[in-house]
Amino acid sequence: MLEVKNLVFHPLENGLEKSIIEDVSFTVEDGEMLVITGPNGGGKSTLAKLMMGIETPDEGSIFMDGEDISHYRIDERANAGIGFAFQQPPRFKGMTVRRLLSLAAGCELPENKCCDYLSGVGLCAREYLDREVDNTLSGGEMKRLEIATVLAKPHKICIFDEPEAGIDLWSFSMLVKQFEQLHADKKESLILISHQERIIQMADRIMVVKDGKIEALDTKEKVLPGLMNEDIGCVCMNASHKA
Amino acid sequence: MADIDQMTKSVLEKIDSEGFKQEGAYNLRYNGYSLCHGNTEHITIKRKEDKQGIDVFISGAAKDEQVHIPVVVTESGVTDVVYNDFYIEDGAQVTIVAGCGIHNSGCNDSRHDGIHTFHVGKNANVRYEEKHYGEGEGTGGRILNPVTKIILEANSVFTLDTVQIKGVDSTKRETQVEMGENAKLFVMEKLMTHDKQNAISNMDVYLNGGGSSAQIISRSVARGESRQVFHPKAVGRALCHAHIQCDSIIMDQAKVCSIPEIDAEHVDAGIIHEAAIGRINNEQLIKLNTFGLNGEEAEAVIIENFLN
Repeated sequence: MLEVKNLVFHPLENGLEKSIIEDVSFTVEDGEMLVITGPNGGGKSTLAKLMMGIETPDEGSIFMDGEDISHYRIDERANAGIGFAFQQPPRFKGMTVRRLLSLAAGCELPENKCCDYLSGVGLCAREYLDREVDNTLSGGEMKRLEIATVLAKPHKICIFDEPEAGIDLWSFSMLVKQFEQLHADKKESLILISHQERIIQMADRIMVVKDGKIEALDTKEKVLPGLMNEDIGCVCMNASHKA
Repeated sequence: MADIDQMTKSVLEKIDSEGFKQEGAYNLRYNGYSLCHGNTEHITIKRKEDKQGIDVFISGAAKDEQVHIPVVVTESGVTDVVYNDFYIEDGAQVTIVAGCGIHNSGCNDSRHDGIHTFHVGKNANVRYEEKHYGEGEGTGGRILNPVTKIILEANSVFTLDTVQIKGVDSTKRETQVEMGENAKLFVMEKLMTHDKQNAISNMDVYLNGGGSSAQIISRSVARGESRQVFHPKAVGRALCHAHIQCDSIIMDQAKVCSIPEIDAEHVDAGIIHEAAIGRINNEQLIKLNTFGLNGEEAEAVIIENFLN
């Protein structure tokens, strides 16, 4: 279980303190899927980075299975069982897709395992294994590879920051199936930051973050109707539901 | 078969990735003289009579064959200048594994200048691998100044793969390539300097023949107080294509200067250059941190793959 307690993040911007995250507390149970949604610029990605240790909060603490991990570095949180998929993953000149997946897995992966992970995110596996993770890959390919790196290793908690961004519809359907499978297995807690209705619909609970604060946190049955009516923030939903 | 001491074996392992053996076509130059050599049906090595060095004759019948010509210097204070000429007949397919390793335990400079000329016949395909490496606890410098001249006839292909990873205090590399019709050149230069090392690489590629093409990729990492200067130049004198790409990672107090030069002397010459110098991208480090690698491990992985 992940417990986030009273997180506050007020970084300096042009010498002025800016309120990005304001006293945010929540828990994620084992095997639960929590979808964090809300308007752009509301603090969702920052919250994810605070959980992973990429940003350091000014106040508050984070516990995993009862252990305070607030002081853990990124790599220590990763080794404690937190996986993280970036919204905009970096490129690596000279590194092959196969090597990146092996690094993500923490061991040298055989070709068939690499292919499984790549196929799972809609990449035609063998064509990609020896390609470099550089600017010869499109944004969508990078994004799918990013998700594959998280899938390549078992975690206690996986955080995906807008996994749908930049991905075509066909690949997105495959991703949804991946998330459904992960959720059904109940081995990993999933935190997905998303604006996508199909992902939001999969959630056990939905958390709406706006202006650095939690606007709503409850089961999808309770939160979703409000989202559909756009009462809470401006969540980008499927056009059919907006009509 | 010549006896090779353990230190030399150890250096050979560093500079010959295929593994040096006294089999097939080979020539081991050791502290300024040829220690042993062998020929094959299609590859003949002859010692020069007028100066230091060898002539290597590669028959057109050679297909997927290899010749190994490593140089090892283990004596401090040695200055070894050697002239090696390669005559590659039309249609030959060969890999030439060269490389030089210096173990300097003394206080005097050890230096090797390998001056290589390749005459590559029509339709021949040559891969030339050259690794430079230095070691030893002595205060004497480890200096390598290679000069490489390549003459490519029509439809030939030449791949030049050079690596200098560690321990060379000073290097000045001069490379000149003359390309005929439809000749193809692929260059991959990888370099890492550290401490107070100094490296200069000048490369002039002349695309003289119609349809010729060249791809020159240079990747380097400069650490400590080391200094690197790259000056690749492509001159298009016909309908041709060339692409120069220089990427460097700079660390600590190092200095890197990259001067790609493109020169079109024909209206149908298409030449591109790219150059980038920068520190290790923080986002890359963070990404690898999320895999569980600490800062030092992540940095090592980025450098290793960048130079891979």
